[in-house]
Amino acid sequence: MSVSDLSGLNAERATPGARVREVHDSFHGDLLEVSMGPHHPSTHGVFRMIVTLDGETIVKLKPVFGYLHRNHEKLGETVTYLGSMPYTDRLDYLSSMTNNWAYALAVEKLAGQAVPERAEYVRVILAELTRLLNHTCLAGFLMQDCGCSGTPLMYAFREREYILDLFESLSGSRMMCNYQRFGGCRVDPSADWLAGAQKLTDRYGTFLDEFETLLTGNEIIMARTQGVGKLSPELAISAGVTGPMLRATGVNYDLRKVDAYGVYPRFDFRVPLGDHGDVYDRYMIRVLEMRESIKILQQALAGLPAGPIMDPKAKLRSFRPKAGEAYGRIEGPKGEIGFYLLSDGSPNPYRYRIRPPSFINLTVLEDMCLGHTVADAVIILGSVDIVLGEVDR
Amino acid sequence: MESPEQIRDRLLARFPGAEISVVTNPGLAAQHSLLLGAAHARAIAEFLRDDPTLRLDQCSNVTGIDWPEKEIVETTNISTPDPANPAAPPTAVEQKTKRLQPGFLEVVYHLYSITHRHGPVIFRLRTGNRTDQATVPSLTPVWRSCEFQEREVFDLFGVTFVGHPDLRRILMWDEFKDHPMRRDYVEPDDYEWEPTPHGAVLEKTKAHYPTPPAPASVAPVKAAAP
Repeated sequence: MSVSDLSGLNAERATPGARVREVHDSFHGDLLEVSMGPHHPSTHGVFRMIVTLDGETIVKLKPVFGYLHRNHEKLGETVTYLGSMPYTDRLDYLSSMTNNWAYALAVEKLAGQAVPERAEYVRVILAELTRLLNHTCLAGFLMQDCGCSGTPLMYAFREREYILDLFESLSGSRMMCNYQRFGGCRVDPSADWLAGAQKLTDRYGTFLDEFETLLTGNEIIMARTQGVGKLSPELAISAGVTGPMLRATGVNYDLRKVDAYGVYPRFDFRVPLGDHGDVYDRYMIRVLEMRESIKILQQALAGLPAGPIMDPKAKLRSFRPKAGEAYGRIEGPKGEIGFYLLSDGSPNPYRYRIRPPSFINLTVLEDMCLGHTVADAVIILGSVDIVLGEVDR
Repeated sequence: MESPEQIRDRLLARFPGAEISVVTNPGLAAQHSLLLGAAHARAIAEFLRDDPTLRLDQCSNVTGIDWPEKEIVETTNISTPDPANPAAPPTAVEQKTKRLQPGFLEVVYHLYSITHRHGPVIFRLRTGNRTDQATVPSLTPVWRSCEFQEREVFDLFGVTFVGHPDLRRILMWDEFKDHPMRRDYVEPDDYEWEPTPHGAVLEKTKAHYPTPPAPASVAPVKAAAP
């Protein structure tokens, strides 16, 4: 295939910023196809990209999925509703608490299950801790992809361990929490645990200051990430991009505000927005979102009401929702995570579908990478924030 | 936001002759959906995206559902009076009629509006059957987010999307034959089958090779006379 064929193929896809060089002489005519991954440290797991290069410029990029595919949705149809809860931990294994919440929310919609106020507050606390954890890790990974070897990632992982310690003492497991239930949460957080969460929240801002001093104004990082992997808001909306990636393009759409699920309307927080939609904006949005998460955590910990953690009428055993369907979604750290459930009145769901945010965010990977170099493709992929457990399901 | 019935009425006024009906969700979530005929699906999708009051600019979720063909048994009681003895109570005969409800595949789209912050509007497309007419029009030209999700439905359910720019398997490997999310999917007994000469594996080997090759006849070697 010649270069002109390829550029014709990509013409309608190319973002305004992408430059695909048209070369017709015999010297530049050959294209090089490089298979990146699935065993490559920069692909964040077993992800593979088939990159076609003209010199060092990317003219075509096709992602290849499925190396971690275990047909999670089929598994969900063979077990009961509650039996799927531990499986949702394994989707995006960095943020099991929000996966649990999204699934619990969808089932509660399907079954008309109420949730006590205390449980709603605890869910918000855990979701915001998850957001801190995920965004801190992402910043570390992104810097690792940029070539800042080791230091920022280790700082990020140090903080992540403090949050995982809290998760472990509450749910018994660092990452596979399996904590939410339909109609509440599994265990009630103790006063000691809440004091620990308060302590972490109080000092997280100091860590962020330190982290930002190291990274945000750094000249090399700015030169490396600004103007790279630009995404236009129109394409982002059409391609179903959600979460920090969508807001980095300047679209004000946060499900915590739009859907106002749980007790989020009670908290005062802002939605940070970017203006360029490049890699630097995606990094910056996440740092700003962490500051807002700290604000939400302070308010939620201060206002946590007493009361039951589980709805006493909630049915755990022989749980059979009425026939019907429901789609429930929440704002996960990576974007809109949703569950579509179809019940036929039996103990197992007839259809159990996950809307995976990082899989759908990858739709625009080719558009963002066209015209950039391979080294840029690595940081563009890093800024999308994928976890292969969720992409491949 | 408008109810599905209002949207249906507006669509029928805009596209006369289109097949549009409301599918009621009996569950508590009450998320009702629209069932669209394949002929006008693409035009209706563009209308839903561009209409100023709806502006459903984000197609959030695309998924498939398999409805295999179902045998429905209907029982009717037929009471016939005895002609010889009209005074006797009529003999009740229970008659069972079997009806085969044809199977189909369904693709469900969840739409939201980022501009107006409303949703979801849910619509469904149905295929003619589960074998040779398993096609629906692709909506990837309308919403880019359908690109990978329709490929996933094609891969796991076997729905062919007409007009999709790059319809290939996405999660399973290219050489894979079946569609694992179908209800009647039977997984192979062993993906990495390799014959070994004993035990349960030998039994499995026999199943793979119903008629084992006859052992080559080799003339017995006689010891040379001293």
